[in-house]
Amino acid sequence: MNESNVIDLEREFDLQNPVMPYLRQDRIPHIWCPGCGIGTTVNCFARALTASGRDLDTIAIVSGIGCTGRVAGYLNLDSFHTTHGRAIPFATGLKLANPALKVVVYSGDGDLFSIGGNHFVHAARRNMDLMVVCVNNFTYGMTGGQVAPTTPLGPTQTTMPFGNFEPPFNLPFLADACGAVYVARWTVYHVRQLARAMQEGLQKKGFVFIEALSPCPTLYSRRNRLGDGVEQVKYYKERSTIQHGADTEAVGLTYQGDITVGKFVDRERPTWLEAMNAHFTKVFGETYVPYGGAHGQD
Amino acid sequence: MKADPKGVLTGVHFLDGDHAACEGALAAGCRFVAGYPITPSTEIVERFASRIPTVGGVFIQMEDEIASSIAIQGAAWGGQKVMSVTSGPGLSLMMEHIGYAAMTETPSVWVDVQRGGPSSGLPTLPAQQDMMQVKWGSHGDYEVIALAPNSPQECFDLILTAFNLAETYRCPVFFMMDEVVGHMTERVVIPPAEQIEVTERKWTPKPPGAFQLYATTPTDLVPEMVKAGDGYRVHVTGLTHDEKGYPAMTPAAQDRLLRRLKAKIRTQAEQLVDVRRDGVEDAHVVVLSYGITSRVATAAIEAARARGLRVGHLRLVICWPFPETAVKEIARTAKAIVFPELNLGQMVREAERVLAGTIPVLSVPHAGGTVHDPEVILNAILEAAR
Repeated sequence: MNESNVIDLEREFDLQNPVMPYLRQDRIPHIWCPGCGIGTTVNCFARALTASGRDLDTIAIVSGIGCTGRVAGYLNLDSFHTTHGRAIPFATGLKLANPALKVVVYSGDGDLFSIGGNHFVHAARRNMDLMVVCVNNFTYGMTGGQVAPTTPLGPTQTTMPFGNFEPPFNLPFLADACGAVYVARWTVYHVRQLARAMQEGLQKKGFVFIEALSPCPTLYSRRNRLGDGVEQVKYYKERSTIQHGADTEAVGLTYQGDITVGKFVDRERPTWLEAMNAHFTKVFGETYVPYGGAHGQD
Repeated sequence: MKADPKGVLTGVHFLDGDHAACEGALAAGCRFVAGYPITPSTEIVERFASRIPTVGGVFIQMEDEIASSIAIQGAAWGGQKVMSVTSGPGLSLMMEHIGYAAMTETPSVWVDVQRGGPSSGLPTLPAQQDMMQVKWGSHGDYEVIALAPNSPQECFDLILTAFNLAETYRCPVFFMMDEVVGHMTERVVIPPAEQIEVTERKWTPKPPGAFQLYATTPTDLVPEMVKAGDGYRVHVTGLTHDEKGYPAMTPAAQDRLLRRLKAKIRTQAEQLVDVRRDGVEDAHVVVLSYGITSRVATAAIEAARARGLRVGHLRLVICWPFPETAVKEIARTAKAIVFPELNLGQMVREAERVLAGTIPVLSVPHAGGTVHDPEVILNAILEAAR
């Protein structure tokens, strides 16, 4: 057999997979379970990075703690794996120290909205120039499937052993109410739309929020007999309706119920840094040197 | 290198300790502060907020101390010199991120204007009750540096040292003020910028590819640093990590990392001694003190000397790492130590540990709310001299 006919599958995969250059290949394999959707969102994010055309040295990614919190560790960017719930305030400091950076926060629903909820509402209120991606799997995966502030009414979680009776947050409504300039929800079935939203988010100035619904087959689905990851993606496919500009108050989720996806909010508002520079220019006049140069002004 | 003149308010001023600390931070090159209002520290961030627009930098009042204590670390990795400012209850909220700064080796200065505790305690009144908390408060094994100024002038001078040490050692550096030092107003001389020595961050000369985030050598246990956006594509994590910065969940990696994090301070402990001696050499009784209590102790020591007693004063300017050799040496000549503190006995435990029973150590505890009555310290000196 001619040696040149032997196909090195791993090498071919590396050459042909457009996502590989964005990953820290020396950290693969990752920790995510078969059927988990987090990897799919990372794939979408890598495609969004390509499409954005940005110099990757100008993008930093910040994660909290949890399954999605591990995303930062696999991406070949300046990446920060911070403490539980605190990715947003860390990202705030990073962005303000170096306004030339595009700073992306990538974390889970428990991290961003339970322990980190206060930081989310304030960063959105300030219109801090951050893109926040929340992979929402309705549960605490890494600690074994406890109830989350996103768990719909009904399903069993280890700390809601008789079914959840706490109403969940409607994340797009929360982000909208707090002042986010871009709010979208997609699922890991909607890979093209999700990648597109991430691309738009990378290009948008201000507080961007993207919710990505994702299966947790090991804990959430198994405990509630919802089948494997594929079953959940089928559910997303069958029950999702695209409704751009939907009233965010009406897009709350119910257990295995209808899902409204789409780009709900896309508006303009001065970022925190733009507002600071504009205000100080007014107060101090021409002597004021805008902080962050061109990156601090609209 | 020399201080950036933009941040240096050269001249003779009449300032309280809080304001002087702020000016010291600006002179040291601090250009990012995240804080949350808390008595008796608030004046520091108020002054920073009013000064920074024209100096060039950022102040942001975050939603709480937890946010402040991690925002400064984001800013440090963005390339700035950073500080957060708080008092007891806020310090308690910051504890997890003190561990993050220790673990990720993020240069950072933490000002604690101490008030009486526990809990809300005495918001407007002094104490020195956080001395052990800053050393041991975050979970895990780690080392910190802590300085204790006793005057507004020292709030300026020593916070410069605090910033420089944060860059040299890449660990959390605490600036342990108290309500009295923070609010007392005295003459403060701020020298010209060219007379102020400022330590630059330990930027790596290596190009991306040749650089490892936490690589060190046997003779230099402090790694070189980079900032986000410079093409190094670093990964920073609070998990136990290897030299690349990647998570490494093994006992061997944990052992290697924790031993280095401790050793980078412990092996330099003698370089980090800053004690002020007064008549210690031939003293029968030595008073140990730090911060505001050192000024009260001075009055008591003078009264004791007026009675013909040979009393020395050893003042700790750097409290952590504890100056073990300097304290041990006292036992050669003195027959007892007196240690007043505005707490019910914290740093005195270190003195007892170091002296290991060689000479008696008399704690002069005080629950806080005001400073000691000098007579109480004098009585302890008299008892020790007996």
